[in-house]
Amino acid sequence: MNARELILGRVCAALNRDAAADAAARRGVDAHLDARAVGPQPAVTDDLVETFMQCAAALSSTVERVASADEVPARVAAWLQAHGLPAQAVGWTGPAALDWAAAGIALEVRPPRADDLAGITGAFCAIADTGTLMLLSGADTPAAASLLPETHVAVVPRARLVAHMEDAWRLLRAEAGRLPRAVNFVSGPSRTADIEQTVTLGAHGPYRVHVVLVG
Amino acid sequence: MEVASPRFKARAAHKLADPALQKALTRVKIKFVPARAQAAADFGDFEALREAGRAIRDRALADLDLWLERFEREATARGAVVHWARDAAEANAIVLAIARENGVRKAAKSKSMVSEECALNDALEGAGIEVIETDLGEYILQLNHEPPSHIVAPVIHKNKEEIADLFEEKHHRPRQTGIAELCREAREILRPHFLSADMGISGANFVVAETGSTVILTNEGNGRLVTTLPRIHVAITGIEKVVPTLEDLSVLLRLLPRSATGQTITNYVSVNTGTRGEGESDGPQQFHIILLDNGRTRVLHSELREMLACIRCGACMNHCPVYQAVGGHAYGWVYPGPMGAILTPLYVGLENALDLPHAATLCGQCSAVCPVKIPLPDLMRKLREQQVERRLRPAAERRGLKLWAWVARHPRLYALGTRLAVRYLRWLADETGRIRVLGLAPEWTSGRDFPAPEPRTFRERWQAGERPGAQPGARP
Ligand code: SF4
Repeated sequence: MNARELILGRVCAALNRDAAADAAARRGVDAHLDARAVGPQPAVTDDLVETFMQCAAALSSTVERVASADEVPARVAAWLQAHGLPAQAVGWTGPAALDWAAAGIALEVRPPRADDLAGITGAFCAIADTGTLMLLSGADTPAAASLLPETHVAVVPRARLVAHMEDAWRLLRAEAGRLPRAVNFVSGPSRTADIEQTVTLGAHGPYRVHVVLVG
Repeated sequence: MEVASPRFKARAAHKLADPALQKALTRVKIKFVPARAQAAADFGDFEALREAGRAIRDRALADLDLWLERFEREATARGAVVHWARDAAEANAIVLAIARENGVRKAAKSKSMVSEECALNDALEGAGIEVIETDLGEYILQLNHEPPSHIVAPVIHKNKEEIADLFEEKHHRPRQTGIAELCREAREILRPHFLSADMGISGANFVVAETGSTVILTNEGNGRLVTTLPRIHVAITGIEKVVPTLEDLSVLLRLLPRSATGQTITNYVSVNTGTRGEGESDGPQQFHIILLDNGRTRVLHSELREMLACIRCGACMNHCPVYQAVGGHAYGWVYPGPMGAILTPLYVGLENALDLPHAATLCGQCSAVCPVKIPLPDLMRKLREQQVERRLRPAAERRGLKLWAWVARHPRLYALGTRLAVRYLRWLADETGRIRVLGLAPEWTSGRDFPAPEPRTFRERWQAGERPGAQPGARP
C-alpha cells in the first residue's frame, strides 16, 4: 500500500463512519462548499474610503486620494521626489497606460529585476477592513513588481474598494472564475520584529507602500 | 530534530538561572500579551469569532479524508503535485528526490515548523544541498546552529548584542548595533540567495480544499520570495491543516494574527494555487505539496483529537507562566509551551516526554486565549492519566500514591497521619510561618516556598465542636 492510501485509510479508521454516515458526510461537504457561509466580520463604517485610509495608515502604508486617473503620474512623481526617490519604475501594463513620461517618470513594462527601485502596480481590489491590497499574479501583473523593489506604488480605483476579504473572494469568483497562481494580500511595507520584538520596516520586501486611490 | 524533552527538568533549571534569557522572556509578557488583549477587544465579539474558528477546524477534522481528497483533486487539476508522507523520513526523502531529479544545488526556505519536525535541513545538507533559512529569526538560528524557542518569534531568547556579535563573526562586515541596521544587513546578505536558489521551500499555515491552494502568512516577505522566484516550490505541511473554503480561511486569517501578535492581518498573506501560468514571468514551474502524517492520524484516533485543531498561533505559550519562566528550549523539541506539552508526547511518545504534561500549573490561561478554544489543561490531564495507566510514572511516585491510597482507606490511620504531618510541617517552617526547605523532597522548594498549615487538622477542629460561623472572629 502506498503512503497515500495508508494515511487516508488511517484517517477513515479514526473517523469510523458507516456507509450511511459516509454518504451524509459527502453530502455535507458538497453543501458546505456550495453555501460558502461567511463568518463573523469586524464592523466597518459606511465610509469605506475613510476606513481603508485609517487601517492602511495603521499598517504603515501611505494613502492619497486623487479625483481622476490623469492626475496620478504627477502626484506619484511628487511623492517620489518628496521621499528622495528616483523617478524610475517597473510597472504593470494597466497603470502603464497613464502618461508617466509627461510627469517625468521613466516607467518600463517588463519582468521586474532585483535592482528595480520602484514598482508601480494596480490592484485587483482593496479591502477596507484591514487596509489591504489584493494583487493577482498574471502575464501582465507579475507578482515580483510589488515584492523586489524597495518602493511599491499601487493605483486603485475607488470603485474597487470592498469592505471585507469575503467580498474580495466574491468579486474574484465572479470576474476571474478561478484563483490565479498567486493571490497576494499586501498590508503595508514588509516588516520584522524578530530582533527583540521591535518592529522594523523593510525586511525582505518593500520599505514603503504608497496607495493612490482614484475617484 | 533531536528530542531533548526527557531532560525537561534539568533544562528548565538551567534556563531559570540564565539572567539574559530571563530578561528576554519579559518581552513575551510586555509585547504579546497586551497586544493580543487589545486586538481581541478591538474586534468586538471576539468570542463569536473563536467559536466560528473552532467550528471550522472541527468540520475539517470530522471529515478529514474527504477534505484532503478534495484538496488533492483541486491542487492536481492546477498542476501541483501532491505527495503523502507517513513520517519525517519519508517527507525528507520526497524533497531529496525532487531535488535530485531537478539538479537542485541551493534551496531557500521560509519558516516551517513541520520542516523542523522533520529535521529537513539536516537531510538536505547531508545530500550536499545548500539550505538557507530566510526568515530573519530562523536565519539567525541557522547561523548559530540553534533550534527555535518560539513558534512565531523563533529567536525571542536572544538580544541584539548577541545577534550583532554573530553577524560580525559570520558576515565579516563591520559590527552593526542598531536593530534596523542588523535587519538591513540580513536583507543584503539574503537577497542574492533568493535570486539564485533553485528550490523554494515553505510550510503552509493552511491548505484550502475548495481551491487546492496553500496559504502562508508572513510579515517579512520572505515567504513571497521563496514561492515566487525559484523554479521549484515545495510546500510541506501537516494533513490537519486543511480548511474547506476561502470563507472559512478568512475567519482563521482574522483569528491567527490577532492571537499571535495582536496584528489585524499579517503583512503578507500568500495564496498559491498551481504552477506558473501562461505568459507569466515569475512563479515556480513545479509546485510540490507534501502532506505529512507523522503521528497525526494516531492523534485523530485518540481522545486528544482536539489538539489537531491548533492553528499554531503561539498564544498559549505567550500566556503560559511556565513558558514565560523557562522559554522554549527547555521543552526540548519543536513545539514549546502548552501546545508543545501536548504535541511533543503525542508525536515523539509519552515515554520520551514524561515531564511535559506536568510542565503546567493548569491555570487555564492557555485555553482562555486559544483562538480555536482547545481545552489544553484538560488534554494535559488526560496525558497524565495515560502516564499513570501505562505505569510510566517513577516507581517512587507510584509507591507513594499507593501508600497514600491505602492510608486514605483507613480513617484512624489517616487522622493520625495528617496530625503528624501538620506538626512536622509547622516544625519545618521558619519564624514567618513559611516553609523554605521541604525536608523529604527538597527539590520542591528549590525555586519556591509555601506557607505552613494551620496548627490543627480539620478533623481535630470538627471533633472539638468547631463549626463554620460558630465563633465569629475567633482564631483557632
Ligand atoms: S493550542 Fe491554541 S493557542 Fe496554542 S498555538 Fe495552537 S491555536 Fe494557538
